[in-house]
Amino acid sequence: MPHLATYVALADHSEKTLAESLRAVADGHARQADVFHTCHTLAGWSEQHRENLAPVVERYGEQDDVEEPERLRGDALTSTREGEIGLLRDLQDLHLLATLVHTTWTVIAQGAQGLRDRQLLEIATSSTAETTRQLTWLTTRMKQAAPQALIVAP
Amino acid sequence: MVDRITDIWGERTPHPRGTVWPARVDLHLEEGVAEGDVERWVQSACLLCSNGCGCDIAVKDGRMVGVRGRAGDTINHGRLGPKGLYGSTPWASSSDRLTRPLVRRDGQLVETDWETAMRRIVEVSKGLLAEKGPLSHGFYTSGQLFLEEYYTLAVIGKAGLGTPHMDGNTRLCTATSAAAFKESFGADGQPGSYTDIEHCDAIFLYGHNMPETQTVLWARILDRTRGEDPPRIVCVDPRRTAVAEEAVRTGGVHLAPRVGTNLALMNGLVRELFVHDWVNHAWVSEHTIGVDELRETVDPYTPEHVANICGVAAGDLRTAAQIFGESSGVLSTVLQGFYQSHQATAASVAVHNLHLLRGMIGRPGAGVLQMNGQPTAQNNRECGADGDLPGFRNWDNPEHVQQLADAWNVDAMTVPHWAPPTHAMQIMSYAETGSIGFLWISATNPAVSMPESARIRRILAGDQCFTVVQDLFLTETAQLADVVLPAAGWGEKTGCFTNVNRVVHLSEQAVQPPGEARSDLDIFLMYADAMGFTDRDGAPVVKWRTAEEAFGAWAAVTAGRPVDYTGLSYDKLRGPSGIPWPVNAEHPNGTDRLYTDGVFPTDTDYCETYGHDLVTGGTVSEQEHRAMAPAGRAFLKGAPYTPAHETPGDDYPLLFTTGRTVYQFHTRTKTGRARSLNQAAPDAWVELSPTDAAELGINEGDWVRVESPRGAIEVRARIGRVMPGAVFAPFHYGHWDPDDLADADHRSANELTMTVWDPVSKQPTFKTAACRVTRLRAGEGPAPAPTNTASAPAPGTPTTAPATGGGAVTSSHVLDETPHYTLDPSQEN
Repeated sequence: MPHLATYVALADHSEKTLAESLRAVADGHARQADVFHTCHTLAGWSEQHRENLAPVVERYGEQDDVEEPERLRGDALTSTREGEIGLLRDLQDLHLLATLVHTTWTVIAQGAQGLRDRQLLEIATSSTAETTRQLTWLTTRMKQAAPQALIVAP
Repeated sequence: MVDRITDIWGERTPHPRGTVWPARVDLHLEEGVAEGDVERWVQSACLLCSNGCGCDIAVKDGRMVGVRGRAGDTINHGRLGPKGLYGSTPWASSSDRLTRPLVRRDGQLVETDWETAMRRIVEVSKGLLAEKGPLSHGFYTSGQLFLEEYYTLAVIGKAGLGTPHMDGNTRLCTATSAAAFKESFGADGQPGSYTDIEHCDAIFLYGHNMPETQTVLWARILDRTRGEDPPRIVCVDPRRTAVAEEAVRTGGVHLAPRVGTNLALMNGLVRELFVHDWVNHAWVSEHTIGVDELRETVDPYTPEHVANICGVAAGDLRTAAQIFGESSGVLSTVLQGFYQSHQATAASVAVHNLHLLRGMIGRPGAGVLQMNGQPTAQNNRECGADGDLPGFRNWDNPEHVQQLADAWNVDAMTVPHWAPPTHAMQIMSYAETGSIGFLWISATNPAVSMPESARIRRILAGDQCFTVVQDLFLTETAQLADVVLPAAGWGEKTGCFTNVNRVVHLSEQAVQPPGEARSDLDIFLMYADAMGFTDRDGAPVVKWRTAEEAFGAWAAVTAGRPVDYTGLSYDKLRGPSGIPWPVNAEHPNGTDRLYTDGVFPTDTDYCETYGHDLVTGGTVSEQEHRAMAPAGRAFLKGAPYTPAHETPGDDYPLLFTTGRTVYQFHTRTKTGRARSLNQAAPDAWVELSPTDAAELGINEGDWVRVESPRGAIEVRARIGRVMPGAVFAPFHYGHWDPDDLADADHRSANELTMTVWDPVSKQPTFKTAACRVTRLRAGEGPAPAPTNTASAPAPGTPTTAPATGGGAVTSSHVLDETPHYTLDPSQEN
């Protein structure tokens, strides 16, 4: 099952990327109090997903050397943009990273079904549910920010 | 002859369970005026808390000289509280009333005429509209205006300008009440009634110091707890309030959770209902959805786990849950201890969960009162000056938006509905960057009342945003404005307002406003005229000139919605006073309580919101909502507890929490100008527990510096009744002072509070911040805090603080025969 292991590694890595990026956006836009607090909360969820996944990573071994899915990896946001339009763009980047996490879990859940790996299925299912909530918040916040950022922001 | 500063709640009229609350008429006239001197009594209702007591205004020589409770009013049965009695009228003839418009010239506010002031406003407004469009405009209102004014402003903002940036200071006091209703029941609207007090056998007060915030409602409870077959009281509050004492006296319990841990406590209570099977399974399965998820969410919150988080004894939690689980009728009331604290909406929704699990809603004695902080907050929520769409319509439902567009004869695209309305803190944030360049503030004082007030003052004073302030006085906020407009106040104009439990009152004009002051309605109309807002046919968007016409337009737009005013008119409101909506053909005399059939406004096409994620505030989509098929069932929603955003640490080891005292209201604009009230609580203070005070070497009355990462205050210390580790400060005191106190510049509690808000209700968190306290110097005597309220000295501490009193004379008499109150279940047969 080399490819399942690769995907487990991808889940681990993409959650790590998402968590780091959420924290970077939180701190970069700390003046927006809700962005600051919510992004830190959501980063905590992603970190928890990795913690839950750790025993599975141990079981399957983290295959980090298979080439192909590497292309799927998004780079973490290390710096953030300025102002209202910058916030919008950063939230959009987070949405892309969270989408990668989401589809990764979907794929893993399929694999876990096939293998009857209940532990992995449970982790993938609960993680997917929370990733959906991360995506929902990002969409809500983008919708709120967009008109002002696009039309009026200085 | 009663001094109502000393005797806050007045004479007891105890009565047995299930019988009508007796009537007692309270009266206060200013010194030198006898009852026989009063020329006219003018119908109104009190504006000095959210209770909504019916009263008549005494008029003599063209001045308001006092008030008298209306014996036949459904809310107060004649009673008034200290704030209403002493504070209702003195401000009106205060010598520092604004009587002429002011404009800023060369940095100074100078007097001008209305035409000049309005020309300046319109010039800026039109300029920004042309350059940046309507999103450059924001409006920040109040919980003090009248229904007609909110609705008129809502139409100006949504149909005239088309801006989503409208909110009220109701965001600071009551937004969570509305949000919690929407999440659980699908729409705003108080389920319960004050008449539940007469029929319940247990009353739970959550973060609600009712004896100080709604004194007349507390009197109503005392008349039950001191009568036959009394209810047990359960108090959730970190301070030893009068509620806590009554809880102990009635065989209930006082739970004092650590500040910021309400949700853990609530999850523990909900879990106990499941564990002991105090659940009405048939009712739950027919009338709710989400019970399995809720059970799972609360499962970790064992009494012992809750005890660890909250510092509440596991046995006390069990006792409280048992009282809830085994009583036949429970009334719950909720206020700022929940709304302004961490995880506000989730904790308030948990109160609903308890009631829903037991089917304890919709019958006399089984109800919920999510309170309001202000007398007209409800109208701001109903009319949409707070950003919501009028009539509890759903911004995410195109059909609802179209209904309004049709009513206003404008294109639906004009009505802002593309995203949740912009909440107050976000409006300030946009004003901070100049993204909002035109901000109009009416009847509120954010320079004192908003969190992190130094930041707010900077925003209002800056050049990046043009600010209009409309008020009775040159408040701390007005001093920072570009244009100041003098407004008429209560008794100087006519209009309606609606209290906590949906009861509508008409308040008639009693006297003329001073100088050139105008009603808020007339000011908004003047702006609309000058801007020339038109509908699709070129007619004015605002199609009314008087308050009564505005009321008619409002009533029409409520047809078919939960908040139905179609059966109400000024004439009807002049009859027996105090009528709760919905009032329509089906309920011509109003409706005492909602959801008597267990059917809630959750249908996807009818609801006010599709709901939110209680943790993140992410919105539920229409499709998701439809898939749940709520169809009239209430939502049981839960969320896990998380620690507060700022918790004590090495640098700031104590918890800072803010609150109220019975003798002042808000930033004291009215109560500070009433001698009896102001001398009872003349200056700011902080309350420390005896333990913390001893550790810090602080004695009663010492000057102390209280500091958070954002700011500091220097005030006197009361060794009081807060729990160890917590520091309490009243938020009323800004730098304005009626007696020009010298030390008034460093006492505003909101210097310390954080810019952070609840993810769903967007209500700022005033109750949780970290602080440190240092002693500055000895005081000249005891702290200026009242001694007969929750701010009293700690029991057993030696104090020289004189007993609070000295209120002017009032009269009070109990009626031999109680009037008949329409809809009162105690009198129905």
